[in-house]
Amino acid sequence: MGKYVAKRIIQVIPTLFFVILTAFLLMKLIPGDPAMILLGPQARAEDIARFRQQLGLDRPLPVQFLIYLKRVLTGDLGTSLVYRQSVLSLILERLPVTVTLSLCALVIAVSIGIPAGVMAAMKHNSFIDLLVTILALMGLSIPIFWFGMMLIIVFSLELGWLPAVGLGDPTKGLWDVVSHFILPSLALGILSTGTIARFTRSSMLEVLNQDYIRTAYAKGIRRSLILYRHALRNALVPVITVIGLQLGNLLAGAVLTETVFALPGLGKLMVDGIFRRDYMLVQGEVLFTAILYIFVNLAVDIAYAFINPKIRQTYRGV
Amino acid sequence: MNKQILFGLIIVLLNVFFAIFAPLIATHEVDEMDFFYIFAKPGEGGHILGTDDYGRDIFSRLVYGSRISLVVGVIAVGIGAMIGTALGIVAGYFGGFFDALIMRFMDALLSFPYVLLAIAMMAVLGAGLFNAMLAIGIVMVPSFSRIVRSAVLNVKNEEFVLAARALGASHLWIIFHHILPNIVPVLIVYSSLNFAGAVISEATLSFLGLGIQPPTPSWGSMLAEAKNYLQTAPHMALFPGLAILFTCLGFNVLGDGLRDLLDPRLKS
Repeated sequence: MGKYVAKRIIQVIPTLFFVILTAFLLMKLIPGDPAMILLGPQARAEDIARFRQQLGLDRPLPVQFLIYLKRVLTGDLGTSLVYRQSVLSLILERLPVTVTLSLCALVIAVSIGIPAGVMAAMKHNSFIDLLVTILALMGLSIPIFWFGMMLIIVFSLELGWLPAVGLGDPTKGLWDVVSHFILPSLALGILSTGTIARFTRSSMLEVLNQDYIRTAYAKGIRRSLILYRHALRNALVPVITVIGLQLGNLLAGAVLTETVFALPGLGKLMVDGIFRRDYMLVQGEVLFTAILYIFVNLAVDIAYAFINPKIRQTYRGV
Repeated sequence: MNKQILFGLIIVLLNVFFAIFAPLIATHEVDEMDFFYIFAKPGEGGHILGTDDYGRDIFSRLVYGSRISLVVGVIAVGIGAMIGTALGIVAGYFGGFFDALIMRFMDALLSFPYVLLAIAMMAVLGAGLFNAMLAIGIVMVPSFSRIVRSAVLNVKNEEFVLAARALGASHLWIIFHHILPNIVPVLIVYSSLNFAGAVISEATLSFLGLGIQPPTPSWGSMLAEAKNYLQTAPHMALFPGLAILFTCLGFNVLGDGLRDLLDPRLKS
């Protein structure tokens, strides 16, 4: 087991290296001189030259990358020129909103997706199966920002049940905070519901065709017991990986959801950063999200190894 | 023919039809403003789906918007498929150092959430149609190269390839005569699925103001405008979203059906 964990952690290192390289190269795509663009058209030539030197832009490219790599590895994602604050501290300030939103969305996606997938598999080739398949494909095809707007129109503007935008006020009680998160989480959750439902369905179908399920039926075990004790528990093992992968997509989808619902999270910070040409902030945020995504997947893989007897067996006693 | 494929194909062809014959189908000019019917509800003043904040006919703008979606889809998927296939073939066919280098880099690109990388590239490159197609296309490269690589690995050691090599065929000849034709089904499936992704990505970028700029009618930029009038004119938001939803649904259903048909091994 320890060997597996160590192997997975070592595998992450080259990926991390290339991710940092990509974030570095991203800034090299800026058309023209970055120093000139960052300082604006009114900057004097001397100031641009000095700024280039401060950013290390006068050095050869590989040296620039090594400096960048060293900075990132010491936790320095640069400084936002607009906020005049370190990018990392800006991100950490807004992270809780985005993480809360993503996790709520994930809970919604799992609690709709898994039962829907199980139902479709149990009634394979029935009307319910078709319905789940179509709804799942719709979930993949729906633009989440549009779905968010539709939710606002129906539940806030027409029915007046839930608030449309912003964060709740904790002084007004728990409900105020919770109610502000319901619509955004629903809008974002739809993104993963379809994927999880489809995956649960195919995984469940595969398990239901196994010999041991037939044997269990032959032994006369109750159907409900077979489905939940024998089939579902095994079918859910691969679904866990998919759920982990979804978390990354949800973090990215939060960018859009936060824009629609005016939530002060990472996404809003990023979009504002783009329009203020705060390149350092955008670069730092993209890199941060990718690294977060890599570590979430690492954690999921390790958790998966603990649950999945096959991997446990392979590395037993090590 | 398989019902699912037929359903997807009908939606896709309908889209192509709208895009080609836009001038004939649209009831108004794209940028024609009907001053007496600003925010007209669907059906008012001869506007089938109503008008927007400038009194422009929403139906006509949607019809023309299908052109943008299709063009972005075709070019972005083309860029992604071409670069991805080339990299996937080099990695899969030659293996070794190239394989390790290319695939590690692709893994890294896949670590960036899809939308986020496109948004970041647009932030750096600047808004616009061309950059949007480029960014969306590049973001697709890793998934194409991965899928092509594994398809190549499956074909590479088949006897007909070994036989060709024994007969002295060059690598290039083998790639073009034996490898490429065998990965075409995989490419078709993934192009269709990625097309849906491209349409959503374009809408997303335009919605954020990073893609197609007004007054060009793109479904995403129409939604960006609609966002400011959710209370006064909810129909402005409803229809462009439905257009995106059905277009993507068409390509997803088609790709999904083709996957089951052409490549049973990929069935997930």
